[in-house]
Amino acid sequence: MPPPPVLEIRNLCCTLGGRSILRDVSLSVFEGETVVLLGRSGSGKTTLLKTVNGLIQPTSGAVLLEGKPAAEWDPIRLRRRMGYVIQDGGLFPHWTVAANVGLVPRLENWPPAAIAERVDLLLEAVGLAPAEFRLRYPRQLSGGQKQRVGIARALAADPPLLLFDEPFGALDPITRFELQRHFLDLRRTVRKTALFVTHDVREALMLASRIALLKDGALDLLLTPRDFLAARTPEAAAFLASLQENWKQDEPPTQL
Amino acid sequence: MVLVTIAIAILVAIPGAILLARLAGARRWALGLANIAQTIPSLALFGFLVPLPYIGGIGKRTAIVALCLYALLPILRNTLLGITGIDPAVRESAVAMGMTRRQILWQVELPLAVPSIVAGLRLATVATIGTATIAAAIGGGGLGVFIFRGISMVDTPTVLAGALPAAIMAVLADEVLEWIERRLSPA
Repeated sequence: MPPPPVLEIRNLCCTLGGRSILRDVSLSVFEGETVVLLGRSGSGKTTLLKTVNGLIQPTSGAVLLEGKPAAEWDPIRLRRRMGYVIQDGGLFPHWTVAANVGLVPRLENWPPAAIAERVDLLLEAVGLAPAEFRLRYPRQLSGGQKQRVGIARALAADPPLLLFDEPFGALDPITRFELQRHFLDLRRTVRKTALFVTHDVREALMLASRIALLKDGALDLLLTPRDFLAARTPEAAAFLASLQENWKQDEPPTQL
Repeated sequence: MVLVTIAIAILVAIPGAILLARLAGARRWALGLANIAQTIPSLALFGFLVPLPYIGGIGKRTAIVALCLYALLPILRNTLLGITGIDPAVRESAVAMGMTRRQILWQVELPLAVPSIVAGLRLATVATIGTATIAAAIGGGGLGVFIFRGISMVDTPTVLAGALPAAIMAVLADEVLEWIERRLSPA
């Protein structure tokens, strides 16, 4: 029998303010894979991510972490089993980089020496020299560095699942590409399971083990990147067409 | 008198603001009430309080009640602004990282609100020092006693004996609190 998925989403529906945001979404994330939730703005991808760690309560359906329904988890414990990275990092501005990264271990009462050691290891892993960055404050970091610290913070207590909400969306293209490559390297070394939200097809194709395409709150497709390139649903075609446009830029401009 | 007033105002306004930060509905009412208290001329407020039982009467206690009413608003409003002004992304990550509400309040919300709270304290303290001199009109004592006596005797040195120390206190308190405010700002 295969091992149970790290995360299982079963028939999830979510209605907020009379609007149906998620319609009957079912999805499993297995150990070591990165499932990318791809969709336009308003497709429900961020809502889906937030129901996973209990920031939003689903109207019906269930979320299971390691085979156990979220409703049976203490919400605080549940969230400490999931790393969370958001677009602008969400770092605590009054804490140093080390204090930010060490947050969950500190909440879990690790001994200070173990926390310090873990923080240095993680900063190293996300490509920031500990001696240089440990004592900086978030305002002394560039956008890309903040995201790296955000990722280190999410990895701190070695959670079985990582949640990413458009973590690279606000970065310039070069920094974004650097971080995406780094994300792949990290995945090879630490083999983390992740659910990753983006509206960028290229990012989805680059990072995903499987792509879950959402349209108007429903799951349109769930495919590997290779199969996604050949997908024929209208929504997949729309995303793939946007990819095509990127390569057509050497055509001469239309004469007015 | 000023210190007692500020201490009481802090004890009421800061927990009050923490509560109001969670209750968006009550917020408008509470701020409205505190605003109204602020607009009553101070001499009139002292006058209103004198005939009231328990909190009123002639003397220091009445004066402190009136001064507290004035000191409440700046502290309440600034604490509230400090807490509600926190970047929603920061609050969201705090929740998502598995911090309890108490941890969020003590480790995130209050530390980030401190500069704003101190700014409110500064406003309240300076205003209270000024208004406190009027308390002498209802037998509240304080430096105002010299000012009122000097006015009735048409004796400028006596007026100054009350007014100068009050002014110096206000300036000093302002400077000290401003220094603290700067020290505590995260920037």
